[in-house]
Amino acid sequence: MEQKPETIIRKTKILEALENEHVSVTFDDPLENDMVLNMGPQHPATHGVLRLLIKLDGETVLASVPELGYLHRGYEKLAENCSFHEFIPHTDRLDYLSPLSNNTAYVLAVEKLLGIEAPPRAQYIRTLISELARISSHLMFLGSLAMDVGALTVWMWSFREREKLYDIFEKIAGARFTTSYTRIGGLAQDVTPETLGIIRLFISELPEKIRECEKLLNTNHIFLGRVDGVGSISKEQAIDLGLTGPCLRACGVELDLRRANPYLVYNDLDFNIPVYEGGDCLARYYVRMAEIKESIKIVLQVLEKIPAGEVKAHQPKKVLPGKHQVYTKMEELIHDFMLVNFGVEPPQGEVYHAVEAPKGELGFYIYSNGEGQPWRLKIRSPSFVNLQSISVMIKGAMISDIVAVVGSLDPVMGEADK
Amino acid sequence: MDVMNEKVLEKLKAKLSDAVLEANEFRGELTIIVPKERIVEVCRFLKEDEELAFDLLADLCGIDMYTPENRFGVIYNLYSLKTKHRIRLKTFTEEEHPRVPTVTGVWGTANWHERETYDMFGIIFEGHPDLRRMYMPDEFEYHPLRKDFPLMGIPGSLDLPKK
Repeated sequence: MEQKPETIIRKTKILEALENEHVSVTFDDPLENDMVLNMGPQHPATHGVLRLLIKLDGETVLASVPELGYLHRGYEKLAENCSFHEFIPHTDRLDYLSPLSNNTAYVLAVEKLLGIEAPPRAQYIRTLISELARISSHLMFLGSLAMDVGALTVWMWSFREREKLYDIFEKIAGARFTTSYTRIGGLAQDVTPETLGIIRLFISELPEKIRECEKLLNTNHIFLGRVDGVGSISKEQAIDLGLTGPCLRACGVELDLRRANPYLVYNDLDFNIPVYEGGDCLARYYVRMAEIKESIKIVLQVLEKIPAGEVKAHQPKKVLPGKHQVYTKMEELIHDFMLVNFGVEPPQGEVYHAVEAPKGELGFYIYSNGEGQPWRLKIRSPSFVNLQSISVMIKGAMISDIVAVVGSLDPVMGEADK
Repeated sequence: MDVMNEKVLEKLKAKLSDAVLEANEFRGELTIIVPKERIVEVCRFLKEDEELAFDLLADLCGIDMYTPENRFGVIYNLYSLKTKHRIRLKTFTEEEHPRVPTVTGVWGTANWHERETYDMFGIIFEGHPDLRRMYMPDEFEYHPLRKDFPLMGIPGSLDLPKK
């Protein structure tokens, strides 16, 4: 007689971690005991490849353990093996919903290390693209949160607007998603007046479109019932867990690096920092909606104030020369050759520069030993840190609340897994 | 030196003078090197001092200096919500049995950062509540961000799923 192979439940480390959460789990009779549910990594509501191991009592979440790493590509290792310029395209793939903002954050960190500054026009354009990236990212948040809790129309409408934004990005950078637009000491190319006109038109139409979406959601009982009071976290816990960005401002903490530690030209611009109390999904939704409106204000001011001039700093030994100059001038050809082959040679030292990315504090820590490649580059990604609080937020909630919480945290796994 | 940096250093030296091995400033950022035995004490002081109040651990990461002595370092980037100031702490540990005390008791957010550092560098954080690998599979035996780990990886180090 053929013997049936014994079923062995392999106790993986993640399962052990779940068991440490003080509730007993046995696998004998699922109806009598708590149930362990594996959500993700292939799940439409986890926004990528987030895996959550959840322990349930009926429909109530008793404990959960998030598991990351399904999209780990080792960008920090890659960074140590490519020059400072070569890493710019990789930053597109971190938070792939706001690549322009990552490009800006990375070159600002490198410029701080090198001790150079981009010319005023480049600074204004960087501010402009950072805010456009914020609008694009928050529109994505709006659509996906609404869809996760069952309102499909908003998803369609916010994606219609995002599509227009991506057309603008294509005009600015030449690519829709993987923009790689910034350069150390400046930008890849200038923005044409025609593009600025398109941005102005888009921005002037946007408030009305946002109002349309808000009309569908803000007084919608089904939407409010799914997000109001769900996934709340206290102010103290949020600070302890290192939340940043809209998630922290939804807990009543006024921290916005654009105002707290101004970079680019944010000091010259007039905007408010929306702060809401409560720390639940609804507060996070309100903060982001208010931020879109503030970003619109900033974009309008930038369009007004943008100066004429160069978009690249005049630092021949650090900034890549234009293509035309490389083809026609000897000096520039030599500099181009040296920069491409050996990289910029920064001084020895270490810097940490953080910007307010759409998801929170995006920081780059660079340790340089004076060579053309960074000795160590650490990406402090907001999604990674924000995701840590998910176990606190969903503890004691219903299973259907998990999608609302994940949607309101707005993690991007490309950035969390690096 | 920046006024705020000076103040932080002064206060720290006044309270825990022997815990500051070295301090330097680069591009306006203060880096303080602390012996690993004192790191928790220093962190707790910086967080709980009412004037400094470094209540947010912005980032924690490891570094492989690839030197015979003090090969691995752990870097703490602190931020104060009150003064909006940043400083950086650094501590080093040896190549054989790299161990650093955990700061999860000071900032809860250190939990995942330390797991990531353990995963990437193999630095053991003593007293960490749940020191598992963050990104790599549990069975993986190497620590990829160490300088002696090749960029292309090690063939055969990761099992492919069997049919």
